[in-house]
Amino acid sequence: MTVSFAIIAIITIASAIAAMTLRNLVHCALALVGAFAGLAALYLQLDAQFVGFAQILVYVGAVAILIVFAILLTGGSEPPNQPIFSASWCIGGGVALAVFGVVAWTIRSSHSITHGLPAVTQPSVRQIGDQLMTKYILPLEVVGLLLTAALIGAVIIAMKEEKAK
Amino acid sequence: MDQLFVNLKHWLVDFAPLGWQPLVSALISVAAIVGVFATLFAITTILERKGLGRIQNRYGPNRVGPFGVFQPVADGLKAMTKEDIVPRAADKVVHFIAPLVLVMPVFLALAVVPVGRNMVAVDLDGGILFFFAVGAATELSVFMAGWSSRNKYSLLGAMRAIAQMISYEVPLILSAVTVIMIVGSLSTTKIVDAQAGFSGWLPNWFVLTPWGLAGFILFMIAAAAESNRSPFDLPEGESEIIAGYYIEYSGFKFALFFLGEYIGLFAVSGLAITLFLGGWRAPLPFLTWIPSYIWFFAKLFGLIALFIWVRGTLPRLRMDQLMNFAWKFMLPMALVNLLAAGVWHFMEPGFARWAVCLLIVLGPYVMLGRSLSEHKQFGKRIYRYAE
Repeated sequence: MTVSFAIIAIITIASAIAAMTLRNLVHCALALVGAFAGLAALYLQLDAQFVGFAQILVYVGAVAILIVFAILLTGGSEPPNQPIFSASWCIGGGVALAVFGVVAWTIRSSHSITHGLPAVTQPSVRQIGDQLMTKYILPLEVVGLLLTAALIGAVIIAMKEEKAK
Repeated sequence: MDQLFVNLKHWLVDFAPLGWQPLVSALISVAAIVGVFATLFAITTILERKGLGRIQNRYGPNRVGPFGVFQPVADGLKAMTKEDIVPRAADKVVHFIAPLVLVMPVFLALAVVPVGRNMVAVDLDGGILFFFAVGAATELSVFMAGWSSRNKYSLLGAMRAIAQMISYEVPLILSAVTVIMIVGSLSTTKIVDAQAGFSGWLPNWFVLTPWGLAGFILFMIAAAAESNRSPFDLPEGESEIIAGYYIEYSGFKFALFFLGEYIGLFAVSGLAITLFLGGWRAPLPFLTWIPSYIWFFAKLFGLIALFIWVRGTLPRLRMDQLMNFAWKFMLPMALVNLLAAGVWHFMEPGFARWAVCLLIVLGPYVMLGRSLSEHKQFGKRIYRYAE
């Protein structure tokens, strides 16, 4: 564990906690952006340039803006009146623990832990593209189909309804 | 002469102790980028005001120094000595951070733009991706500024700005993707290298191919919209919402917004030069003796002059026109252009390739233009209120 990793990890976790506990929804969204950026920095530290930059482009550039738009257009930017601690925290905590357990179990039993890591060569963007177009073509197509369906759905929801004749 | 600044940097770095050399090298690059482009910003403001004055048949600034050339100095001093006013209802922290979030990414974006032979601050394998990734942060800063000011006009301006930036980011990136497809790399230096050499008198720039020309035009239009330049300056439309998202900023914070906007313009123009105009390469074979950085900055000034000219001569778009143009014209054209670049890649060099690609771009252009302007009555403009 290096110093830079510790700094990035602290920033990421602190922003994630801030995103959960701050009262103002817009502040929460902005803190979430900090957490996204921290994750991108972690990817970059692992020499995964493509994933790191894509993380910033997609999450900071698009997802954060989408969240902010949703907050502003639904008028939820005023702080709520109820206390920040509530009974649903227990259920949420339980779900979070379960997810963490599954992820931790997967990582523990993963191939690279038992057999050691393969020799790392820094993958170029070209290699990633080649792999996407050959080995992982089916997942790529499925994702494309899913996104197209979402796009068409959004257009249908936003479309003006024809007046019934 | 060509490697003057590169050698200068090496000479300076050699003074540092061995372990500190990477840090010193990075610091020198950062200082050079900040210094050069901030100076360019000062020069551009006076050029822009003079140019707009010329177009609008007036003098422009002419009081400070000979022909008003010291106007940027006076403006800078004024910005620094002005009182920094923060509205009482404003969200103080977000209000303070917003200008920084704008200025930092645009300077970062300049780090991957090669301004000369061996003159790029960081040569990343995913340089273009880095450029667009840090560019995405500017949208957030616009929102932060608009929301934290607690002002209806600034919030309106911010919402306009975000809608516009998201819409035009798609054609911007798609038109850049054509070049990436042809070169097969995201690295800015490799893209410049791919445009080296001359065929006959003409340079091998991508702008001189059918898909490149279409891509360049689409890229420049989207770039103007991304940097909120006229005719896409709705987010700050002075006559409608006063100044948009930075209405509540004064003093140096306002200057930072101004700076960020112009540096963003330089960055995106620099990327356009890298992608389509051959980067720092000379346009004609007998001009290669002129140092590479001079060519880059000459092209940069050319593009800035184009932006000033457009700003002085075109009226502002309406919101629905802006959105229709982005989604119904720019996006389909960018997609068609991708197809043209793919065909160009796989066909044999020659006349047939030119003809086929030109047809692929021009056909949809004419059809789209016809179908979009079908139901609009274009005719002589009738003025009802102003005579």
